Amino acid sequence: MPFFELHGYGWLLIQGAKLTLYVGISAMILAIGLGLLGVLCKFSNSALLRFLANTYTTVIRGIPELILILLVYYGTPTLIQDISAMFGAPVFISLDPFVAGTATIGFIYGAFSTEVFRGAYLAVPKGQIEAARACGMSRALTFRRVTLPQMMRYALPGLGNVWMVLIKATALVSVIQLPELMRNADIAARATREPFTFFFAASLIYLLITIGSNLVQQWAEKRASRGIIMD
Amino acid sequence: MDIVIDSLPRLFNGAVVTLQITFLSVLLGFLLAIPLSVMRVSRLRSLWMPVYAFTFYFRGTPLLVQIFLIYYGSGQFHGFLDSVGLWFFFKNPWFCAVLALTLNTAAYSAEIFRGGIQGVPRGEVEAARACGMSGLLLYRRIIIPKALRIAWPAYTNEVIFLLQASSLVSIITVMDITGVAREISARSFAFYELFLAAAAIYLVLVYGILWIFKKIENRINAYLEAGQH
Repeated sequence: MPFFELHGYGWLLIQGAKLTLYVGISAMILAIGLGLLGVLCKFSNSALLRFLANTYTTVIRGIPELILILLVYYGTPTLIQDISAMFGAPVFISLDPFVAGTATIGFIYGAFSTEVFRGAYLAVPKGQIEAARACGMSRALTFRRVTLPQMMRYALPGLGNVWMVLIKATALVSVIQLPELMRNADIAARATREPFTFFFAASLIYLLITIGSNLVQQWAEKRASRGIIMD
Repeated sequence: MDIVIDSLPRLFNGAVVTLQITFLSVLLGFLLAIPLSVMRVSRLRSLWMPVYAFTFYFRGTPLLVQIFLIYYGSGQFHGFLDSVGLWFFFKNPWFCAVLALTLNTAAYSAEIFRGGIQGVPRGEVEAARACGMSGLLLYRRIIIPKALRIAWPAYTNEVIFLLQASSLVSIITVMDITGVAREISARSFAFYELFLAAAAIYLVLVYGILWIFKKIENRINAYLEAGQH
C-alpha cells in the first residue's frame, strides 16, 4: 500500500488510531455511567445529591479539558504527596497516562451526558411514570422498566454528539505522552521532518472515525425507533 | 497558596492573551461564517459543495491537529512560504493560533447559522419578496437578522467552547492562562495549585461571557416582549 507506507511510519499511525479508539470507547462507557448516575442525582429527593450533581455539571463544563487533564495527571500525585507529608508519611505515586487520560475525559463528558440524559428524562411522558407507579411498581422498578428504555431513545442523538466531541478530545491525551494517534503522528513528523504529511494523514484518520461513527449513529437511532409510529 | 498569589499578575496577563485570541477568532470567525452559511444554503453546487467540504473537515478533525497542521505543517513549505513573503506569519505561534481557531469556529458557526437561516419562517421571506426585496437586500434586512436570533443560543455555546479550546494554543508555546500555569508549575512543582487557579479563572471567564451573551439575547429578542404587555 504505497499510500499508507509513509516512510514506514504508516503502521505507527494505525497503532495510534487503535489506542485512540480504545481511550475513546473506555471514556465513553465511563461517561454514560456517570451520566446515568448524574441524572439520578439531579432528579433525586435529596437536596444534597441534587446540589452535588448540579455543581458537577456546571463546574466541569466551565473548565477546559486540557486544564483538567493536566490537573489530574500532574496535580493528583503532588496533592497526595503534600497531604500525606502533612501526616508525616509522604507517599509518592505516579499515574499511568492511559488511566489518567481516560478517567479525566470520561469524567468531563459524564457531565455532558448528564445533561443529555436530563433532557431525555424530561421527554418521557409523565403519565407513563404515574401509570407504572399506579400498577404498584417501585420507583427503582419504574426507572428500570419504563423510564430508562424510553430515555435511551431520546438520548441517542445527544449521546452521538457527545461521542463525536469526546473522540476528538482524546487528541489532548497526547500532551501527557500517551502514544495515541496524535502523539504517534508527532513522533513520525519529527523523525521524518515532514510534519504536514503526518498531521494531515492523522487528520484523515480522525475524519474516517467521524464518518464511521456517523453511520453507527444512524443505524442505532433507526434501531432504537423500532415500533415507534412516526406521523 | 503563596505561589498562586505570587503568580496572579502573570496569570492575569495570560487571561488577557486568552481573551485577545478568543475575541479576535470569534470576530473573524463570525465574519467568515455569515457568507459561508449563505453559500451553504445555496442551490448552486459550486457554492455549497466547497463550504460543505470545509465544514466537514474542520468539524470532523480535532482542533489540535488543525493547530499542528498550520503551525508545524507550514514548516514543510518553508521555502515556498518564504518566497511569497508569508513565512513571518506562519513562524509566529500567535498568528497560527488565531488562524486555526478562526477557521475552526467559522466551520462550526457556519453550520449553526445555516440552521438559523433554514429556521426563518417562509412567510417572512415571501412577504419580503412581495415587497420587492431580493438577493442581498432580502438577506441583509430579513433573513440574517432573524437567523441570528434563532441561532443565538447555539452560537453562545460555540463561543464558550472556543474560549475553552483556546487553551490548546499553550501547546504551541503561546502564553495564555494555560501556558502560564504550565510554565510556572513545571518550574515550581506546584501543579495542583496553579492548575486549580487556572481552572478558577476559566470558570469566571466562561460564566462572565455567558452572562453577557444572555444580555445580548434578551436585547435582540426585546421586540418579542414588547407585544405581550
